[in-house]
Amino acid sequence: MSVTAAERWIRPAKQQSALVRLFDNKAFLIIACLLPAIGLLGVFLTYPLGLGVWLAFTDTTIGRRGVFVGLENFEFLFEDPIFWNAVFYSVFYTSVATVGKFALGLWLALLLNNHLPMKSLLRAIILLPWIVPTVLSAIAFWWIYDPQFSIISWVLIETGIRETNVDFINTAWPARWSLIAANIWRGIPFVAISLLAGLQTISPSLYEAAMLDGASAWQRFRYVTFPMLLPILAIVMTFSIIFTFTDFQLVYAITRGGPVNSTHLLATLAFQRGIPGGQLGEGAAIAVSMIPFLVFATLFSYFALARRKWQQGESND
Amino acid sequence: MSYIITRRSILGASAAIAAGGSAFAQSAIQTQPATAPNLPIENGATLRMLRPVRFVQPDEEVFRANCARFTQQTGVQVRVDFVGWEDITQQTAVTANTGAGPDVIIGFNEAPHIYVDKLVELNDVAEYIGTKYGGWLPLAQKYGKRHGTNNWIGLPFGASGGPLVWRKSALNQVGFQAPPDDLAQYLDLCKKLKAANKPPGFALGNAVGDGNGFANWLIWSHGGYLVDEEGKVAINSPQSIEALNYLKELYATFVPGTIAWGDISNNRAYAAQECWLTANGVSLYFALKNDPATRAIADDTEHTLLPKGKLDTSPMAGLTLNAMVFKHSRFPNASKALLSFLLETPQYDPWLQANLGYWAQPLEAYAASAVWDSDPKVRIFKDTMRSNFWIGYKGPISEASAAANADYIMVQMCASVASGQATPEQAVREAERRARRFFRR
Repeated sequence: MSVTAAERWIRPAKQQSALVRLFDNKAFLIIACLLPAIGLLGVFLTYPLGLGVWLAFTDTTIGRRGVFVGLENFEFLFEDPIFWNAVFYSVFYTSVATVGKFALGLWLALLLNNHLPMKSLLRAIILLPWIVPTVLSAIAFWWIYDPQFSIISWVLIETGIRETNVDFINTAWPARWSLIAANIWRGIPFVAISLLAGLQTISPSLYEAAMLDGASAWQRFRYVTFPMLLPILAIVMTFSIIFTFTDFQLVYAITRGGPVNSTHLLATLAFQRGIPGGQLGEGAAIAVSMIPFLVFATLFSYFALARRKWQQGESND
Repeated sequence: MSYIITRRSILGASAAIAAGGSAFAQSAIQTQPATAPNLPIENGATLRMLRPVRFVQPDEEVFRANCARFTQQTGVQVRVDFVGWEDITQQTAVTANTGAGPDVIIGFNEAPHIYVDKLVELNDVAEYIGTKYGGWLPLAQKYGKRHGTNNWIGLPFGASGGPLVWRKSALNQVGFQAPPDDLAQYLDLCKKLKAANKPPGFALGNAVGDGNGFANWLIWSHGGYLVDEEGKVAINSPQSIEALNYLKELYATFVPGTIAWGDISNNRAYAAQECWLTANGVSLYFALKNDPATRAIADDTEHTLLPKGKLDTSPMAGLTLNAMVFKHSRFPNASKALLSFLLETPQYDPWLQANLGYWAQPLEAYAASAVWDSDPKVRIFKDTMRSNFWIGYKGPISEASAAANADYIMVQMCASVASGQATPEQAVREAERRARRFFRR
């Protein structure tokens, strides 16, 4: 009996060792540990993106499965003035808003970097526009820009500066500028706080050395602050460009792309065509056409702003 | 929101009906003899239904009580989900495409025409109810029947219209008793209102209801239309150009900012006495009436059908509730029986009354409902479905007509002329180009 029992005891031990060997196998471990992450990325990122790209080459509508139509959607868009207007406004909106956000954000960061009373409280307050959900601030701006009930119009009329309401969103160009202003207001805190973090990493000894050398305030900014900030500037700018270019909520809540499609961004136009308009294929094509712009903007920020060799401890070219 | 009717909850629901029933006036609804279709209810049937959320609270209460009564009489449990208006189109699409989900959906306007292959035909119920209640009104026939046939694919439950809403005092001040039907006189009225600093205002922004309502009226009242009877794009016509030239003069009289108006903007401007003539559903009037601060405005408010212009009838296409039964339902008879039950007087009339006039009946006999005597200013909505105009007039109701409406083709054509961005000729060509894309199939 004891002999057979011993034999039976050995067999499971052999199986266990196989399992142990399996878990000792590096290749298996790599696959096993990566699988959940790859699964999540595949299901929630690759599949939707791939589906979106596929839809762009079909004539799918809400309510009907489409068939592959090749480049037909893109051919139509290529001749669609509304699409080109959205391309123009997306680029214009992104460039002007980004410049505005960075100019004001950097300025604010420099101010906040000084020693001020109640510094922490001030910094918290600065973050408010960023913390408020975009839809809420968009609705606030919707009221601010309302043709009839704008608070700005009311103040200007009450103080006798104007006699009629301000035209914020009833004609094309005022509407475009109004949306850019709202976007800048919303984007400043992100830029300011991120750059402030960058500023705080700059060693005070650099400024002391510069001051001993007799550098002026502008020179200290130009030759110490700015170069030291460039790496973080590149990252923040990349994010900011992506967020701005793909903005949706501000435009959709305030103008819905109006007046007469003049403020459609690619994102809002894609939604309008795809969901309310039901043309899923065409909406997907518009969304896909954003990809080259985003790739270009990302590469630009990275290579134009972040390639300096001093980051690797070498001097500039 | 969902509500599952169980046998246990029926007792409470019946009490609610009893309480609710006494709250509603008795209507003298005339019926004709008709034979109910034989719909043997399947064993163990349970139903799930989607419908748009209520305008007013009693809508939901009465609707649920009606379904509870159906459960009581047939033993079929009914679950009703109330879905936001913006979502119901997408949820209908998912239901139709996946072949799973609710048995019955009350959707909007064109939905049954898009999913016609996935739906059970409702001829027996439609014929029975139509015969019994004096016939289906024109808009109900248009939205209920498959294009060019007598086959019913949807059962309209009601429609909501957007006639002119105006301030009696303002019109009287400039010498009018009511808005005229003649286009030249109507323009004259608007000019005089503007001169009296009591301007009119109609949405020309991306407003699904109000924007399309105004743009459609403008083109239709001049004899134009987006597509002809065969669904061929026909917007590029002398009538459309004439309409847009008329708009240039009319727009000059509007309160500033209407190109940026959404669906809610005219309500606010009217309530703030910045706009004295507009077009809207009955909701604006009730909002004013129920708020003591604006009660005086409501007392001074009147409703009139949109000016006829060059037509014999006022061109207005009401937003229509349209019920459909899906082929994937395991209980088609129970579904049909439920819809039929809900359209019978003991259920439908209290529901119509609960809605105060927000929804107008699809059946001739319900014109006698007490709801239309509840407030003389609401009576005009009674004939919302007595209209020969629909979204996508004069073409077949289809996915394309719905998409053209949702993509604001007509509204933006008008807005681009009003804002001076395009000449009428350029605007109709652009509308034609965009419409052709939707109607290419």
